[in-house]
Amino acid sequence: MTAADPSAATDPRTLRLRVFRFRRDDQEPRTEEFEVPVGDHTTVLDALRWIQRHRDPTLAVRHSCLHASCGTCGMLVNGREALACVTPADPRSDGTISIQPIANLPVLTDLVVDMSTFVDRFPQPHPIVRDSEFLPQATHPDDHDRYLRFEDCIECGLCLSACPVAATDDTYRGPAALAYAQRVLEQAGTSVEQRDALLDWADGDDAAWRCHAAFECTEACPSDVRPAERIMALRKLLRRREGRTA
Amino acid sequence: MVRSTASVDAHVLIVGGGGTGGALAHDLTLRGLRVTLVERGEFTSGTTGRHHGLLHSGARYAVNDRDSAVECIEENRILRRIAPGSFEENDGLFVGVTDEDMDYLPAFLEGCEASGIPTQVLGPEQALRLEPLLNPDLKVAVRVPDATMDAMRMPLRFFATARANGAELLNHVAVTELGTSAGRVVDATVRDVVTGIETTVEADLVVNATGPWSGQVARMAGVDVPIRPSPGVMLAVRGRLCNMVINRLHGSGDGDIIVPQRALSVVGTSSWVVEDPDDLDVPPDHVARMIEEGSKLIPAVRDAPFRAAWSAARPLIGSRDADSGRELSRTFKTIDHASDDGVAGFVTITGGKATTLRGMAEVCADTVVRVLGLDAPCRTRETVLLPHTEFYAA
Repeated sequence: MTAADPSAATDPRTLRLRVFRFRRDDQEPRTEEFEVPVGDHTTVLDALRWIQRHRDPTLAVRHSCLHASCGTCGMLVNGREALACVTPADPRSDGTISIQPIANLPVLTDLVVDMSTFVDRFPQPHPIVRDSEFLPQATHPDDHDRYLRFEDCIECGLCLSACPVAATDDTYRGPAALAYAQRVLEQAGTSVEQRDALLDWADGDDAAWRCHAAFECTEACPSDVRPAERIMALRKLLRRREGRTA
Repeated sequence: MVRSTASVDAHVLIVGGGGTGGALAHDLTLRGLRVTLVERGEFTSGTTGRHHGLLHSGARYAVNDRDSAVECIEENRILRRIAPGSFEENDGLFVGVTDEDMDYLPAFLEGCEASGIPTQVLGPEQALRLEPLLNPDLKVAVRVPDATMDAMRMPLRFFATARANGAELLNHVAVTELGTSAGRVVDATVRDVVTGIETTVEADLVVNATGPWSGQVARMAGVDVPIRPSPGVMLAVRGRLCNMVINRLHGSGDGDIIVPQRALSVVGTSSWVVEDPDDLDVPPDHVARMIEEGSKLIPAVRDAPFRAAWSAARPLIGSRDADSGRELSRTFKTIDHASDDGVAGFVTITGGKATTLRGMAEVCADTVVRVLGLDAPCRTRETVLLPHTEFYAA
């Protein structure tokens, strides 16, 4: 669908959301069901916020931007990694939608996970702006030598959730951090010292060589970072540095 | 009984975890006060995280709302200094496409000059060299120091820095009652939303920083805040259609701005007035208008793949008579309810916009320290904020 042809509205219908619930002191998580009215444009996040307002204010959900730019509402929708704010509330064949927190990060409450162990995996420093490659035919104003834009990566953790290596090894740096290193390495203007430091970082036991090339991260990424391809490119750089052939 | 509040460990409770509350927590902790902030949901989940991500130059307000324009350009410069790396360094263009737009140009340039906003007038060819996808029929473009900001990560830096300096920041904690004694707010009953456990937080002063919800919170203290929650619809399309922020050169209107953000382009916005800021819909005709009006600036908006459409409620200050919200000022207001309503120990900060969050916090904190009888100057103009990633630090 393009922005110019929003589909016509039809009658509202009711869906059953099966939502993962967990509180800090709970022994085990449980699943709770909610009936939620939805329309054609209802997102999974809309449905969860409806539950908070009308059924259970104790349901913990993170959200901020509502347009796939902040990365806070990542979760598993029917078992697949998704940003709830841009995922339509479409049921499975049995009329239900299952909602679970993303995997491979500690659950704090319900759908809220601890992102500190995600952010800690990135190499430092971790700036979030980069050169803009869009509209290459455009010139700059005289007093700008380049345009900057925010990184594609929105630090949502969906790639780490989908990663089969991260599922068995919580020391693995993971797709987002490795893709970030490759992104900085490919950018013109990265200093020799910075390149060496990043390559050393990527060459560690917990980094580029741990990837099993399942490409699940690229499948899961909502922001077109293509982490798996970047990890492969990173390995190529490491091999070249070692003087081996690809 | 004379209540002593002029102690150095004065405790301030801030209600509301948006950009304003975060900036205020930062300001007050730098001034040496003890700060607790409560947010009923997730930090930046109300209006703050949802705006289109514009760091205003102030040019949008230069003709009709001079106070806001001056606030914006001052804060624009300060934020770039204290939050380096949180902005796409891209500037903005105000683009004229009709004769009416051209009629607006002289007043626009004059208003920018009077507000201290630098401008550079570009002819159509020059403008198209900078932004090749602009409407080729444009008549003029004026360059101004707008920029794109990350609507969540920039405010998170205030939260991160405030916490590192000792502020207690509590999310998923809602205020259910404000306790008063002898015409003074003395405590708040707060409920942990997840556990349902209620506790009482005593404070020398309570600040209501709940944006479009500030009318609701003020009613808990028995006072009226003339807030008009005024939602707007925004549309995000895939692809970066411009590098600079593209504005329509005219008085404020629907669909007159396109903000590039990462690999998206965000078209905004519309404006209406609601009673309950929790009850926002996304009217399909507003989305259609974003496409219609946005494509007058950049025709490619029409065919760009849809990513998201959403609403956010501005916290406008104004009379009950306002019906579209456009006629209301975008400046902000600190209300000391002791002088305005005879309720002491309670201050509201509202109105304004993301660009002016630090300035709002400064003015509000000035009131807070004055009311508490303290002498503690603002230090936020010079203090560089921690990176957003520190927000997640355990």
